[in-house]
Amino acid sequence: MSATVIILFLAIVLLTLVITFFAAKKTQTAGDFYTAGGGLTGLQNGLAIAGDYLSAASFLGIAGAIALFGFDGFFYSIGFLIAYLVVLFLVAEPLRNLGKYTLADMINSRFDARKVRGAAALNTITISTFYMIAQLVGAGALIQLLFGIKYWMAVLIVGVMMTIYVLFGGMIATSWVQIVKAVLLMAGMVIMTFLVLLKFNFNIGQMFTDVKTVTAHGEAYLMPGLQYTEPLGTISLMLALVLGTAGLPHILMRFFTVRDAKTARSSVVIATWVIGIFYVLTLFLGFGAAAFVGHDTIIAANPGGNMAAPLLAQAVGGDILFAFISAVAFATILAVVAGLVLSGASAFAHDLYGQIIKRGNVTEREQVKAARYASLAVSVLSIVLALFAQYLNVAFLVSLAFCIAASANLPVIIYTVYWKRFNTAGAVTAMLTGLLSALILVSISPSVFSPIEGAALFVGEPIFPLTNPALVSVPLGFLGGYLGTLLSKEKDIKRYAEVKVKANTGYKSSGVSH
Amino acid sequence: MGAEKEYKQEPAKEINFVQVTESKSFKKLMHERKKFIVPLTIFFMVFYFLLPVLTSYTTFLNTPVIGDISWVWLFALAQFIMTWVLCTVYVKKAAVFDKQADEIIKEMEEGGEEQ
Repeated sequence: MSATVIILFLAIVLLTLVITFFAAKKTQTAGDFYTAGGGLTGLQNGLAIAGDYLSAASFLGIAGAIALFGFDGFFYSIGFLIAYLVVLFLVAEPLRNLGKYTLADMINSRFDARKVRGAAALNTITISTFYMIAQLVGAGALIQLLFGIKYWMAVLIVGVMMTIYVLFGGMIATSWVQIVKAVLLMAGMVIMTFLVLLKFNFNIGQMFTDVKTVTAHGEAYLMPGLQYTEPLGTISLMLALVLGTAGLPHILMRFFTVRDAKTARSSVVIATWVIGIFYVLTLFLGFGAAAFVGHDTIIAANPGGNMAAPLLAQAVGGDILFAFISAVAFATILAVVAGLVLSGASAFAHDLYGQIIKRGNVTEREQVKAARYASLAVSVLSIVLALFAQYLNVAFLVSLAFCIAASANLPVIIYTVYWKRFNTAGAVTAMLTGLLSALILVSISPSVFSPIEGAALFVGEPIFPLTNPALVSVPLGFLGGYLGTLLSKEKDIKRYAEVKVKANTGYKSSGVSH
Repeated sequence: MGAEKEYKQEPAKEINFVQVTESKSFKKLMHERKKFIVPLTIFFMVFYFLLPVLTSYTTFLNTPVIGDISWVWLFALAQFIMTWVLCTVYVKKAAVFDKQADEIIKEMEEGGEEQ
């Protein structure tokens, strides 16, 4: 590995540690630890959302998918972006107005029951863990490839780094690591796009014509259908992508780091612009990689195509750009896993320990201490799981996380804010039906069972045909909540009136009390 | 109760939220929000799913339009533009709702004192 790469890597690590050092001094209360004291501006939080969202799967995965599969790779970009309309139109503002630290707070603003909080915490921990394993496996593969070290060492390095940020700097450090990373990542994308376009003489029509001839797919490369051939499978995947974001705990948590719903709204808008531009640029990266790196070289470096973006950097910008892009990819993974640890830890420390076990009778000091222990526990657990998950497909784990988020969290959020009759029983059944149906359907799907040996975890005929079961599990989550509600007589019109007024006007939302 | 603890900073005076939801100004806000959010949400979801449905069941999007760029790429680009346009539209509209919400909060607080 060249000296440039090592120096740039160390510079990134040093920068993030400096951020953590200053953030640690500011982190004193539980509010600081979980939500940076609710004091981020719209621009800061918007960049942090983008930093949280543009994971290794987006940066490395989509560029690779487009390079290998043309239009079908671009499907991900579209789904991941439109998801922000769902967030903006339906979820962001009511969530900010009702919640304090976690998703469970928001649901509990309507239902006090501990079982509701417990179910919400369970969902958060499950989704965050799946997502984190995916990121760690991806990180391990990347660093293993860059530095030529063993997989377990690579996972351990990333794992220890993320633990340090979260443990000492909490949400303040995590947010700033995400902001810095978002800026670096966008800079890297713009530079690479510029260099790719330079090679095509800034003629986009020419670019389309050229990529058609450089890949083995020919004409088909520019058309849908190279990767997704089953209509229902494609639609199910698209459903998981568009609805999953609005249920991802580490994204939802970012709405509590701002003062009010107005700032939450402006941060979503900024995030949508940044993320949208990013996903447009993935197209140039993917096409550039197909044209200037070539299918065979990409596959040789990593069968999933995950090295397409760094390889393109080398092809168009030489060793220095390669070093920079690799370092940015590393920062990307660190920022995302730090956010994930934090959301998992808040569910453990705030929901399970603080509210369920201690029934809210904890001091600030105890809360911060519990949150730090929980972060450590979440980190160690995910590192250990990631060590065993080396051979699992990263894209499968990410799309599974999106599917669980859409099935288990979105129905309960929508019902809590918009359905008058909804009650405690319905909240619990919505969350559990969504969670269980997503998990069970995946475990009997082609992602886990394949008749071809080595293609999936087990050899055998899949019982359920869809790789991503969102098309079935999301409606089941909604149905579970609906039936659970009707089967219980309980309803509280007064409480719903309060929730409705607060959600829609921002009256006395918890952020005001800071 | 856990959640009670979190909301202990609530005002001492009781606000009758049911009454607020039945007030004219709140009903107006809810009606206008619904009128704005529901059709647009349906629109962007239909527009979004039209892409995979059309690519899965038909092939006419594969017709080239400009050089080698076919309809499917233009439709994909339209998805991005739609997202940015709807974002901007939402922010504009939300500013109006903010004003209405502030009015309602003012009414609530004034009304609360009288009772």
